[in-house]
Amino acid sequence: MPSYEPILTKNMLTPGYTGSLVDYERAGGYQALRKVLGKIAPDDVTAMVIKSGLRGRGGAGFPTGVKWGFLPKDYTGPRYLCCNADESEPGTFKDRQLIERDPHQMLEGMAITCYAIGAETAYIYIRGEFVLGAKILEKALAEARAAGYIGRNILGTGINIEMWLHRGAGAYICGEETALLESLEGKRGLPRVKPPFPATHGLYNKPTVVNNVETLANLPYIVNRGPEWFASIGSPPKSTGTRIFCVSGHVKRPGNYEVPMGITCRELIFEHAGGMRSDKPLKAIIPGGASAAFFTDQHLDVKLDFESVAQAGSMLGSGGVTIMEEGTSMVWAALRLMEFFYHESCGKCTPCREGTSWLVQTMRRIWTRRGRLEDLETLTDLCQNIAGRTVCAFGDAAIAPITSTLKHWRHEYEELIRTAEAAGSAELVMPATRH
Amino acid sequence: MLQEKYKTEIDEILSRYPVRRSAMLPLLTMAQREEGYVSEAAMKEIASILRVTPPQVYETVTFYTMLNLKPIGTFHIQVCKSLMCALVGSDSLLVWLQARLGIKPGETTPDRLFTLSTVECLASCGTGPMMQVNDDYYERLTEEKVDRILADLKRDGTSPLKSGPFILPEPEGAHG
Ligand SMILES: Cc1cc2nc3c(=O)[nH]c(=O)nc-3n(C[C@H](O)[C@H](O)[C@H](O)COP(=O)(O)O)c2cc1C
Ligand code: FES
Repeated sequence: MPSYEPILTKNMLTPGYTGSLVDYERAGGYQALRKVLGKIAPDDVTAMVIKSGLRGRGGAGFPTGVKWGFLPKDYTGPRYLCCNADESEPGTFKDRQLIERDPHQMLEGMAITCYAIGAETAYIYIRGEFVLGAKILEKALAEARAAGYIGRNILGTGINIEMWLHRGAGAYICGEETALLESLEGKRGLPRVKPPFPATHGLYNKPTVVNNVETLANLPYIVNRGPEWFASIGSPPKSTGTRIFCVSGHVKRPGNYEVPMGITCRELIFEHAGGMRSDKPLKAIIPGGASAAFFTDQHLDVKLDFESVAQAGSMLGSGGVTIMEEGTSMVWAALRLMEFFYHESCGKCTPCREGTSWLVQTMRRIWTRRGRLEDLETLTDLCQNIAGRTVCAFGDAAIAPITSTLKHWRHEYEELIRTAEAAGSAELVMPATRH
Repeated sequence: MLQEKYKTEIDEILSRYPVRRSAMLPLLTMAQREEGYVSEAAMKEIASILRVTPPQVYETVTFYTMLNLKPIGTFHIQVCKSLMCALVGSDSLLVWLQARLGIKPGETTPDRLFTLSTVECLASCGTGPMMQVNDDYYERLTEEKVDRILADLKRDGTSPLKSGPFILPEPEGAHG
């Protein structure tokens, strides 16, 4: 198996490493923060991050330094950093590991970000279900505060950076950055209309940066080892650095694998995750979490970087890679994901709220052998009426499982419908949907 | 009432935010910790602490799945039913749990010990099937493991089978 130098998972893969402040410092932790605070100008830190090519690991892949650069230069009021630790995209479980195994790494990344963007306050928005993660982070925050890495007058530099943990309470949509801000303001997590973007009107209407846990965890290494080093890893120039791919489904060794961006699906699945769990061949791959379009076995040689996956018709998204073996019904799989999106639609935009409900009903009808051929037109029509017609990207995500399975496995839908028609059970009655 | 019992904690929470309403979820979580659910009295009290109206608290509570408006059992068993867990057997595990507990999702056992729910992805997709019971995760579940967990919970209120800090795959020679 090709082995690569891990960056973000290096400490936690070292035997005996506990993620305590002592362990983190012994591994070179907080040196990057010492290196930048008061010594490198904030704008130069941002320039360094732009040069590294680092792009967001939360889903959208936006260049991190460029996003920081959108904050108004002349604004003297408060600015905020929000760390997105909401990790709720089905198929994704990397932030949980980064939080629970090496919390100081992301805290150092957050402190560096606060310094670069001039924020004195940062909030970590962690999904409510991560109770253990929240405990571990609270402990790490207390350690970092006691050691003078966060708080007032950090390391005697006169710089103040406060960090608070904020727990969510169960809502996938709160991972969307503007819904996250609404939730942090104590409201229902309904995404905001953009523009204005959080960079100018974010938390409490103040300039705000929202970054994912994994994105932030990369920063200490970019500072310590230089942007050129970082930019040489992966598939430069567009996809630099490593990605932690969360492999799940029908493989022998599911898990988090940190590899340079640009390795193929085949390598990830067969070399790292141990291949298929049984002798059934691979049938489908979801390359970037529940919101990403399905791939077939024809896509095994697609490179896992932002551009290649997009060119092949899907997205790298959150890094959740799910493998399905031959024998798995694609209608069933798409229905299961559709039920997720139906349950999680926040209800703000009509096409998404009504569309996901209608899609679930139609999919259930087909799956329970009561479908009619017209249902396939209904599905396509509904998907087209959701795409691009919602405030946030949830709508586009919600239709990906259906449009992609219809494209690659339309015959499976047709077969179920033919069975229904042959049995005379095709009917117009809609099965009830319940949340 | 929350304020009498937790004044210092509440003040500390409020001090983290420039706007009082931001303390909404922390206070609701506190209320639920106290009573097992968010009562009407708690919502009214939180409204007065945050200087918002009770409906503003109520509309927030109803958005979040972890907040309960009604009392539930001592142990809240939440089984993930999203695709990645379903691929590795969460559906049959749910059937097993239903049979063991004699209840369906959304119901509570007559002795008020267990409430069963199905939930969406909890970020354990590589270690499915899985469930969360109150604060703890239980992963790579089998029927035997579930039986042991239920027995442990009944007897001790907790189970040593719960997950620790997460790492997958476990490094060689280590026990995750
Ligand atoms: C429906 C939806 C859910 C999202 N969930 C998450 C999430 O759980 N975690 C996350 O980091 N980003 C999530 N995002 C992406 C965020 O909106 C945002 O792009 C990201 O936090 C920015 O950080 P990054 O640039 O470091 O990736 C989600 C986006 C959408 C549309
Ligand atoms: S799908 Fe069950 S934890 Fe993610």
